This record gives sequence, structure tokens and C-alpha cells, in this order.
Amino acid sequence: MFQPLLTKNFHYGRPASLKEYEAAGGYEGLRAALKMTPDDVIKAVIDSGLRGRGGAGFPTGRKWSLTDRKSPGQRYFIVNADEMEPGTFKDRFLMERDPHQVIEGLLISGYATDAGKGYIFIRYEYTEAARALETAVQEAKGAGFIGKNILGSGFSMEISVHRSAGRYECGEETALMNALEGKRANPRSKPPYPASKGFRMRPTTINNAETVADVPHIIKMGGSAWKTLAAYEGGAGTKLYGISGRVKNPGLFELPTGTPLKEIIETHGGGMQDGYSFKACLPGGASTPIITPNNLNVPMDFDTVSKIGSRMGTGCVTVFDDTCCIVRAMINNLLFFTRESCGWCTPCRDGLPFVYDILQRIEAGVAEMDELNVLDENCETIYSNSFCAFAPGAVDPVRSMLRLFKDEVEEHIKLKRCPCLN
Amino acid sequence: MAMLSEDRIKELREYVSSLEHPEEALVDLMHEAQETYGYLSDEAAEAVAEIAGVPVIKVEELATFYNLIFRRPVGRKVIFVCDSISCWVMGMENLFEHLKARLGIDIGQTTTDGAFTLLPICCLGACHVAPAMLVGDKLYGNLTPERIDEILEKER
Repeated sequence: MFQPLLTKNFHYGRPASLKEYEAAGGYEGLRAALKMTPDDVIKAVIDSGLRGRGGAGFPTGRKWSLTDRKSPGQRYFIVNADEMEPGTFKDRFLMERDPHQVIEGLLISGYATDAGKGYIFIRYEYTEAARALETAVQEAKGAGFIGKNILGSGFSMEISVHRSAGRYECGEETALMNALEGKRANPRSKPPYPASKGFRMRPTTINNAETVADVPHIIKMGGSAWKTLAAYEGGAGTKLYGISGRVKNPGLFELPTGTPLKEIIETHGGGMQDGYSFKACLPGGASTPIITPNNLNVPMDFDTVSKIGSRMGTGCVTVFDDTCCIVRAMINNLLFFTRESCGWCTPCRDGLPFVYDILQRIEAGVAEMDELNVLDENCETIYSNSFCAFAPGAVDPVRSMLRLFKDEVEEHIKLKRCPCLN
Repeated sequence: MAMLSEDRIKELREYVSSLEHPEEALVDLMHEAQETYGYLSDEAAEAVAEIAGVPVIKVEELATFYNLIFRRPVGRKVIFVCDSISCWVMGMENLFEHLKARLGIDIGQTTTDGAFTLLPICCLGACHVAPAMLVGDKLYGNLTPERIDEILEKER
């Protein structure tokens, strides 16, 4: 029987208190970690196979081992809780329901990377989550989990919650560091990498909220044991999967990593609402390429979803039903990316509105067939020439539409109207 | 219009001067000034710059970047309607039209009684209860035209 880890305190329907968190084994991971060497903590995370839950899937243990732990002076660990990927609502739940789990994860992560100061960077709209975290930080301070010489280990760490003020680009790790420094959240060029010169030009490690929340469980269970919780051989641990759209039971589910997409939609999501059928889905946010019904058996994990030409992203699935026009869906996506472009580089700032415009022309029935080539070429140019990863994420789903829904797109042009509107 | 009190300004100055990097407090200061003044007026931006000890242009540079810092007056509550993909699937476009009609305003405008400003916002992370919107800092999901009417009544 599958035992939930990340979600086991969610049943309160409110932030679990320190007492409740500890009663369920909370802060045991921190106690155990502080008795280990930082290298052993990193090794456990490497053994666990944990990969970044923000969407990129970079191996967490490897990221930590890259952090410059030798140079004298302050180091930082930042939790990226700026959850703004459309369709994604997993970190909100984590922070609103079990804020101590994120804090414990941050403390262990800080210990492993020798960071004396931790930040939780949260979007301003997540008021409840920010309050929950701020309360939990106070509770943890009172209990001696945060501050000087934590539990007599000699390790000291302070934690601050930073409430941001909007803009998707803040979730890009180097832009986030600029934001935290009180600058415009434009991305920085790499190198230097945050591992050597990040926040305040000091060694900085940054991970998504779900990633750090996994860490206490990895330490408690042991990396190799946590790894075996996955649904298939190549996977690791458990994962928060979300599902939204016209399914019977939209929501968030903690499942073995690599649970087939079909099972997430049909078993946990309850299948399609009556009167609607499944057309396609975005597997993990607005920047992940479309998946069609023929690929629904794919295990939801980074490499497996990449193999079928998409990306797992955040693992929060948005389902398109048979009433959704795929061109209009992409127009909606591009509306988001065009508005949220930080403006730093030209391909993104000026290219995305151009893509948006062509999509609008297709939908309105005024586009010519050869504009599809122009659209594809522009997506390619934006993909290859933008400064950070967000513009590729903006055009990737559009390119998948051109691949997978060529007929539907061309029908718009042939009929000179949207075939989905009667 | 409410102003930051002399005492509060003194407190904030002391806090900022205790920081190694005063600029890092700018977002917090802008939030507080906005809550006090209603929006980040020129006067509020100047107050923030003065407290942080930075040129006003530095505050302006940040304020114009962040979509949740308002450089123009807004209503007592801002209604942020999620217009991202999951809410779009669940019929957000019709609800937006309904809101516009009910409030008698277009996107970016404020109702004549000064109660509400209507703005779109990117995904609110409430996709499981889509369509969703924020009124002030309160999140509402599973929206229908009827429910929107009730919410407007309650929040006005």
C-alpha cells in the first residue's frame, strides 16, 4: 500500500502546526542530517535520484555538489516558491498545508551546502501560503530549529520569507536572485553560475519548494530506499501530480514517480466529465509540448516524457477536451508568455507578440497557408536565440501544435474560420 | 489619503539602515507604501526612495517591472481574473465578459464608485477549482456567473 510522504499532513485542510508536524515524524530528518556530514547528506540525495521539481529536472544532489563550499564567507540557499507556471498548483498546497516540511527541507539543504542564510521566495498572490510559512518560521525559531547552533550541532541558519510582486520571470533562478537583490528580475548570463556567484555574488543553491520538501524524507528513509518508491525502474521517489480541466475530479495527488499519465487522468482525475472527451493535454504547465491520446501510457517522469517529444515540467496536467480549439488554446498560452516576457532579450520580447499575431490570424481565418512556415521559422528563431529558458518554453507547445494538429490548423486556413465554432 | 506616519517612517528607516543592502528592502517598502496610499503614487514612490536612501528612479525602475505594484490609482479592491490555460479551458472568457458587464467597466478600469478595478492575471495556482479569481487577497474558485454576482455583492 502506497504511503504518502509529502501529503501525509494535508488532511488538516490548514497549515499543520509544529506539534502536528512533529507528531508525524517532522524534524526527524533534520535531527538525523545534523548527525551526518554535509557530504553524506549530499550523497544520500544523489543516491535518491531526486531531480528538480520546478520543471527542469536537474539532479538535485549533483546541483548541491557543484556549490562552492570552500571559499570563505556567506553562502545562500533559496527556495523557489514563485509558482507561476500556468496549470500548476502543487507548491501552493505544500506551503498552505505543511509549511514546516518546506522549512525542514530548507534547513537540511542549507546544512548540506553550508548555507547560513535561507530565503523562501514566494509570489505575492500566495497570501495564505506566505502567512503559513511566516508563522512556521516563528514556530521553528522558538523550537530551536532555526537560528544559532541548531540542536547543538554547531550549524547556524536564518530563514526569511520574501514576498515578491508578480512577474513570471522571477521564477528563473538568476532573475530571482536579481529580484531578491532589489533589482529588476532580468536573467543573468551564465557563467558565472549561482553555485559560485549567485545571490550577492556569493555561492548560492536554489531549488523548487517541492524539491526541498522531498529532502527530509530522503534523509529519514535513506536515499536508495526513497528511490524505490517510484512506479518504474528508472524513476525516483514520489511526485506531486496535479490535474485540471474538464475531468471529474480535478486536484493534486502524490503518486509514485512515473505513474502513467493515463492513470493520473482516468483513475485519480476520475476521467472526463460526462459529455466531454479527451482531446490532448499539457503534461506539466504552459511551457510543455502537447501530448495526444496515443501517448497516454507514458510514465510521468522527466526522461520518459522527453522521449515522446514533450516535457514533464511541473507534473500538473491541463486537459483539453473536445470543445477546445487547439489554436485558441495556443493563443491563450501566448497571451500569457507575451505579457510575462521580461523584455530583456529581443527574440522573446518582440518575437512572441509576432507568434501571437500569426496565431490570431489563423484563428480569425485570415491567414494564408505559407504563414505556417513563417510561424514555424519564427518559433525556431526564438527557441534558439533567446537569453533564458522561458522563451523556448513559450514556443515549444506551438511547435508541438504544428506537428500534432497540422490538419486542425490547416482547416482554419482552408475554411477561413475556426472549425470549432459553429 | 492615508500617509505613512512619522513614527512608521522612522521605524522603517531604522530597519533599512540595519541592512547590509538597503535596496533589498525596496519590494517590501513598495508593498507597504501601496497598502497605505492605495497605490504607489509619485508621493509614495518618493517616500520609499527616501526611506531606502536610493534615487526615486530606482524605485520607478522596479515599480514599472512588477505587475502587482500600481503606479496609477486603483479601486478599493482589485479583481484579478486568472486568464491562463486551465481557467481558459473551464470557460474563463465568458466569465470575464460577465464581470465586465456587471461592473460596467473594461479591463484596466475602475468602477465609478471606486470599489473595484478589473485586471487579468496569470495562473493563480488554483487550477483544481478553475475558473478562479482574486478579489483583493481573497481567492475564489469554481466561478459561475451567479457566484460572481454573489461575490461582487459581498465584496463591494
